[in-house]
Amino acid sequence: MNIDLTQVDAIVARVGTDANLTIPVLQEVQEAFRYIPLEAIERIAATTDMTESQLYGVATFYAQFRLAPVGEQIIKVCHGTACHVGGAEGLTESLETRLGIRNGENTPDMKYTLEAVACVGCCSLAPVVMVGERTFGSLDRRKAAAIVDELEERKDAK
Amino acid sequence: MTAQTQIIIGMSTCNIAAGAQDVLHLIENRVAADGLDARVSVMGCLGMCYCEPQVKVIDPDGTAHVYTRVTPRRMERILADHVAGGQPRQPWIANFREGAEHDLMDKQQRIVLGNCGHVNPDDINDYIAREGYQALEKVLAQNDPEALIEEVQNSGLRGRGGAGFSTGLKWRFARNNRGDKNYVICNADEGDPGAFMDRTTLESDPHLVLEGMAIGAFAVGADEAYIYCRAEYPMAIARLERAIAQAEERGYLGQGILGTDFSFRVHVKEGAGAFVCGEETALIASIEGQRGMPRSRPPFPAEAGLFGKPTTINNVETWSNIPWIVRNGAAAFGALGTEKSKGTKVFALAGKIKHGGLVEVPMGITLHEIIHEIGGGTNSGRPVKAVQLGGPSGGCIPAHMFDLRIDYDEVTRTGAIMGSGGMVVMDDTTCMVDVARYFLNFTQLESCGKCTFCRVGTTRMLEILTRICEGEGVPEDIERLEHLAHQVKHTSLCGLGQSAPNPVLTTLRYFRDEYEEHIFAKHCRSGKCRNLCSYEITDNCTGCLICKKDCPVNCIEGARKQKHVIDQDACIRCGVCRDVCKFDAVIVK
Repeated sequence: MNIDLTQVDAIVARVGTDANLTIPVLQEVQEAFRYIPLEAIERIAATTDMTESQLYGVATFYAQFRLAPVGEQIIKVCHGTACHVGGAEGLTESLETRLGIRNGENTPDMKYTLEAVACVGCCSLAPVVMVGERTFGSLDRRKAAAIVDELEERKDAK
Repeated sequence: MTAQTQIIIGMSTCNIAAGAQDVLHLIENRVAADGLDARVSVMGCLGMCYCEPQVKVIDPDGTAHVYTRVTPRRMERILADHVAGGQPRQPWIANFREGAEHDLMDKQQRIVLGNCGHVNPDDINDYIAREGYQALEKVLAQNDPEALIEEVQNSGLRGRGGAGFSTGLKWRFARNNRGDKNYVICNADEGDPGAFMDRTTLESDPHLVLEGMAIGAFAVGADEAYIYCRAEYPMAIARLERAIAQAEERGYLGQGILGTDFSFRVHVKEGAGAFVCGEETALIASIEGQRGMPRSRPPFPAEAGLFGKPTTINNVETWSNIPWIVRNGAAAFGALGTEKSKGTKVFALAGKIKHGGLVEVPMGITLHEIIHEIGGGTNSGRPVKAVQLGGPSGGCIPAHMFDLRIDYDEVTRTGAIMGSGGMVVMDDTTCMVDVARYFLNFTQLESCGKCTFCRVGTTRMLEILTRICEGEGVPEDIERLEHLAHQVKHTSLCGLGQSAPNPVLTTLRYFRDEYEEHIFAKHCRSGKCRNLCSYEITDNCTGCLICKKDCPVNCIEGARKQKHVIDQDACIRCGVCRDVCKFDAVIVK
């Protein structure tokens, strides 16, 4: 896949070239491309003090980084302790059925990605699902599936 | 200037998740459109997350009313009746009024959370008005780092991140090792699922943390600091950055603080999601741009830490205790708590709890007081079975031990740990073997892979637990689990591996009968492990159709006012029918 390397260069120019800046640089790359293309890693390594192995090591070590493209909207099902006790597995199952994909996959039209995440820190609203900045709390199977309906309606309304 | 009514809305992650943004929009629109004589501002979280969003209305005479579970519709009424009409809407006002707080607050003592819900986190003036930065002024005026360290050591403050090491002693080591360059770090990588006190503190009172760090830096002779905060906490990061800018502008941070030659710069570093980075050497590696893998100690960070320089690391809650200790003295702090655990501890109450949220209580309080008197028992109305303390590194304490007095040593004796203070309450629908499996799944995923027993041992333990939950457990499994647990504990370099077996060991210790039931009787009494239970409807059924309607696989048959029946072949044992039944007619067999 061809990516716009000038964007990568701009990020490096803004964040810096020091070897200790791998995480902030990769965070900005992911922000720009929504994942970390391998071409970006090669480019950063070629233009900074960071090496490819260091960048790849960091990108695969931390949960935040993705090396593959994701859907337009990421549906994050919280699997923190409180959510687990409150039935998070059921929410994931229900969303898997609703979207026709497995946890961790993208829908074929690349509209949605379903992802199980560790605690999002809203334990008092457990079980919780996050889509973008929005948090949906006190869910059950039915309400979880209904989130997708709501997202679809919003899309239609646009 | 005549006094104005103040409308203060809670804008923390938890409030916003509960819908505060819409309420704020409504307030702003209405105040402008109707020309209401009111000042609108924001606050952080009051700690009562179970009844958010919250809006505080302060009358011109200073009386404060806290409205809970505020929706835009309720807010319209509050604005019309109370703000415009002068008549508070009593039924929606919480009982925990300021000044006359009720049960929820009676048992609490707030040092760390003292300002939460009382200051606008984005306004340094609010913080200053509540004794803010006075402690920093005091230590700079006294100009005696040795005496300051002595004071912190005498207070008995122990690290609130989990290990419980003496903070004063840590500072002493760092000061003794100080060289040309020294660092201070605030660990805000709150990775424990079920803990959210650091997020709330940073979002609700960021200056408190900064002041604590500045005092610590002065004590150990550091001039630069990093706050390592989870990227999942964008609001905390944004507020910290604003707070740092404001403090620099006022001369509480930056070059030549308050006219002295003490300089201190603070950077915020976003973590990228790795539980192991809560370990100090892993955290340092992460700031240096490496994978967050722990290394062996010594050398301790106090000797060779960040970029090889002496470094003092404390977590958010530890730093937040410092200004209070400096203002009120070691003796006042030491008067709170137990012999070996001084002061207060913040706990995050979550799970099947009625009053979920944050509580700050003196050490030495019993679990019963926290869970039943402050927390109000379960939200399901079912009996409490256990509480999980300390996240993936902690353990499950059964309900019959709730007279346990909370301090570092007492908790450790149970096999759990204080940890950062996450408390997840579980009722009788929670399977303890499944809980152990859940935590092992977490630690196995988060193991950095450096130590063989942590990497492979947790994987093998998870396999055993999974097979027990699926009904494939064999008699030797319990012994194997115990054996592996001890090996992982004793051959891992860092706290993650050393404590990863705790959830398994404590559940084996207190709920061994559930393991045996899973393995020998192929039965899960809580109805969680699908291969090991079935759901049935008893004669209590009134035929109300609710479970039939809510069943995700439509496997419940029955007409109105007739006893319903579950088709066992189609049932997926999700437990929805039991959760929704108002007549306790659904039982697990």
